[in-house]
Amino acid sequence: MTGPATRPVLGAQLPLVQLVDVWKTYTAGEVPVHALRGVSVSIFPGEYISIVGPSGSGKSTFMHILGCLDVPTSGRYYLGGTDVSHLDEDRLAEIRNHRIGFVFQQFHLLPRLNAWRNVELPLIYAAVDRRARRARALAALEEVGLANRANHFPNQLSGGQQQRVAVARALVTEPDLLLADEPTGNLDSRSSADVLAMLAELHRSGRTIVLITHENDVAAAAERTMRFRDGRFVGDQESAA
Amino acid sequence: MSWLDTVRSGLEAIASHRLRSSLTVLGILIGIAAVILTVGLGEGATASVNSAISALGTNLLIVQPGSSSTGLVRGGFGSLSSLTYQDAQALANKVDCPDIAAVAPQVSTVGTLVAGNQNWTTSVYGSTPSWLSVRGRSVQVGTFFTQADLAHDANVVVLGQTTAQELGLFSPIGQTVDIGNIPFSVIGVLSSAGSSSSTNEDDMAVVPITTAQDELLGSSSVNTIYLEAASRSTMGAAYEEATDELLALHGITNPVDADFNITTQSSLLQTATSVDHTLTVLLAGIAAISLLVGGIGVMNIMLVSVTERVREIGLRKALGATPRVIRRQFLVEASALGLAGGLAGAALGIAGTFVLPHFISNHISLSGSATAGAVVVAVAIGVVFGVYPASRAARLAPIEALRSE
Repeated sequence: MTGPATRPVLGAQLPLVQLVDVWKTYTAGEVPVHALRGVSVSIFPGEYISIVGPSGSGKSTFMHILGCLDVPTSGRYYLGGTDVSHLDEDRLAEIRNHRIGFVFQQFHLLPRLNAWRNVELPLIYAAVDRRARRARALAALEEVGLANRANHFPNQLSGGQQQRVAVARALVTEPDLLLADEPTGNLDSRSSADVLAMLAELHRSGRTIVLITHENDVAAAAERTMRFRDGRFVGDQESAA
Repeated sequence: MSWLDTVRSGLEAIASHRLRSSLTVLGILIGIAAVILTVGLGEGATASVNSAISALGTNLLIVQPGSSSTGLVRGGFGSLSSLTYQDAQALANKVDCPDIAAVAPQVSTVGTLVAGNQNWTTSVYGSTPSWLSVRGRSVQVGTFFTQADLAHDANVVVLGQTTAQELGLFSPIGQTVDIGNIPFSVIGVLSSAGSSSSTNEDDMAVVPITTAQDELLGSSSVNTIYLEAASRSTMGAAYEEATDELLALHGITNPVDADFNITTQSSLLQTATSVDHTLTVLLAGIAAISLLVGGIGVMNIMLVSVTERVREIGLRKALGATPRVIRRQFLVEASALGLAGGLAGAALGIAGTFVLPHFISNHISLSGSATAGAVVVAVAIGVVFGVYPASRAARLAPIEALRSE
């Protein structure tokens, strides 16, 4: 997979994400479980990275910390130069709202809201007024090619379409970072290809994307793949085109 | 997140579970309607007892002769003949008794009235013109007798409505009625006062007290002296003045030896009011319990709602909803359920106050403050019982919430 990607030149640009020796430890019962064991990584604006690893490797924990859904036990996480590793819940919510877009394996669309009202949700929490919310939600749907499905409810859409609505919801706030957690896990191969093509397209337009998967062929869609095992990075490779 | 969006979101959540929401609302609705109806029932009972007692004259003091003792046999109150018309005139003295507004001595006997070929036996009262105001009565047709009639021992009579009917007098003014073979001229008919528990207030004949004493009784004693205090607050003072005046008139130094007895209606009123009050408290207590049950219903539903929407809450948090926003949304839902229940309950309660009296004999008052209070309480119930579910929702960790299936 090639393309006119804005491949950053290391050192020439400030990293968007910088993790420094991040540990995450859960104490379930007597034995502490180290989900992350000293992860350090930098992600630059415009990168398209895939994270692969078997279940239990810590890649989900990594994504939660990256998405500010959780904070590290120790270590530092700089997002856009700001240390976000010890913020309180309200500040984390604000960062999730403004800087991060999530795409989940189960889509997580609200069934009683139609497509554009699902897409506008993050804007409600950003206190954008109703008229602007609608305009931006429709624009985001346009971007994922679903402008004509704006008034459809999730159960009236195919899996692939639902995931595209979810992508539109992730994009609507113009986030710095798009986090996709197994976005193709619930899709057939055609819809998967569809969604991956869309992510590639978003990458081409300059967005920073982190894709988490356990499937190697999905991971290959990204320009750089990081392998996780036992809470550590075990390899960092450029995808062979 | 703006309040408008919060409210809209809460209402949408309620609307998406119509059956469950309406059952919750029903729980509160019943409680609120019960509160309004029971308070109304209590107030209605109090009001009707009050008006019945007021009709007798609430500022009334009733002076009756004391008890007589013949050997060891003691008669009851009124068995002495210790009160006289002169006592009544002394009590009417504004200098000695400034707090007594009106005085009406009354003698009573039972007499057979004859008009044409009809006869009817009833109570015959002798009194003064102030009897009318003191007993809270009025004349429907004709006039009441005057001070001049008293001075002349005039043979005039005022009839109760029932008495006039029983005598077959349909235009009684000017007709002659014999009482104990003495002819009286009918000058008026009293307005209806209804019947109290023991006596029919519309079945009586009233004549000037002087006429009654001289021609019907042949005695100068008085059975009862009605005193009207200037207001309810001066009843105590009027009571003291009457006691002192009568003790002095009768030459009695020790009040224990008093040959008369003064009673008031206010003690009766107090008893009746306190009974009604107890009843109201009891009914309101039952209604409050049903409100509590309604409130627990709200909490139950909200907890179910939180559990059921764990994923939604997780998603909303992931998209940037702060714990406060989540808590607020659930509180809005709970209080909206409370408000809906409150308004519907108030509507049902108000409808009940108009409809129910057609099926039961009790009067139900519509209490504005109770209605408004009940709606406020309903919203408060929603909020109070929504706090726990809402804070549970707010505390949910987004990761675990998203993971749940």
